[in-house]
Amino acid sequence: MNDQNHHLDTLHDIKQMMERSSRFISLSGLSGIAAGTCALVGAWFANNVIEGSRYSVANMRSMARSNGTDISIGDWMGNELVQIAAATFVAAFVFSFIFTYLRSKKTNTPIWGSQARRLMINVMIPMIAGAIYLFALMQNQAYGLIAPGCLIFYGLAVLNASKYTLPETRYLGYGEILLGIINLWFIGDGIYFWALGFGVFHIIYGTAMWWKYERSS
Amino acid sequence: MKNPIENLNKTFDSRVRLGIMSALMVNTEINFNDLKELIRVTDGNLASHIKALEESGYIKVNKGFVGRKTNTVYSATKAGEKAFREHLSALEQMIKSAK
Repeated sequence: MNDQNHHLDTLHDIKQMMERSSRFISLSGLSGIAAGTCALVGAWFANNVIEGSRYSVANMRSMARSNGTDISIGDWMGNELVQIAAATFVAAFVFSFIFTYLRSKKTNTPIWGSQARRLMINVMIPMIAGAIYLFALMQNQAYGLIAPGCLIFYGLAVLNASKYTLPETRYLGYGEILLGIINLWFIGDGIYFWALGFGVFHIIYGTAMWWKYERSS
Repeated sequence: MKNPIENLNKTFDSRVRLGIMSALMVNTEINFNDLKELIRVTDGNLASHIKALEESGYIKVNKGFVGRKTNTVYSATKAGEKAFREHLSALEQMIKSAK
């Protein structure tokens, strides 16, 4: 019996070693909180642009079905929104990188190793596919579908990434995908779903991860 | 009835060696410092276990440079992977038969 327990322990050790050596574990919860905060600030600016435009959200909804002959609200303000989105993405990326960098210094693990590389590749594949798809949506003026598309593709990217980093990230992935799908039936309200998915979800996720892994250290 | 213990590989009869092999099964190659980090052992201890595994032909050593610093990476050989898999199924077998 004792012998059996010993073998079970051995198998447990092996499994743990395989996990630890193949996952990127320096991802900081603070990165999630920072990215979420950036997203909320970005959403606030974007909301001002949307509110400021004289077209109502109801008009935007009809744009998704328009045949492109009328002047689209997207053409009118799309450029500004894209700039806000790009700035938000860059800010979120930089801040999350800083916190994860600090964490990796603290835990004394290299930030750029084979684990990090694998993580990046697996995040980038769904993200790039998504970006191309969203670009095509913009070209076809289906602006209402962009927010749900962002959420769904981002969710898939996170889900894919969860195999190469802290496994709990998959719940964030599920959340984003679900939210994106629900958003498909609330087309005009994309900005609120966007703020919820990229802002609130990240902050909740980041706080939970920080609480679980970093609080004590 | 065959005695399952005979399938257990004596070479893997150490926590450090199991750690090295497990890490090399899921990564194509790992350097010395990463291994040390993962298994949390001293340089000397790790080096002696690496040497034992290398002499059994289960791992390969590639010495290289990153800038001026030496960077030695390790990878599992085909024989090493096979031996480790057999060791794992032997362990599994023993747990099952003990139930």
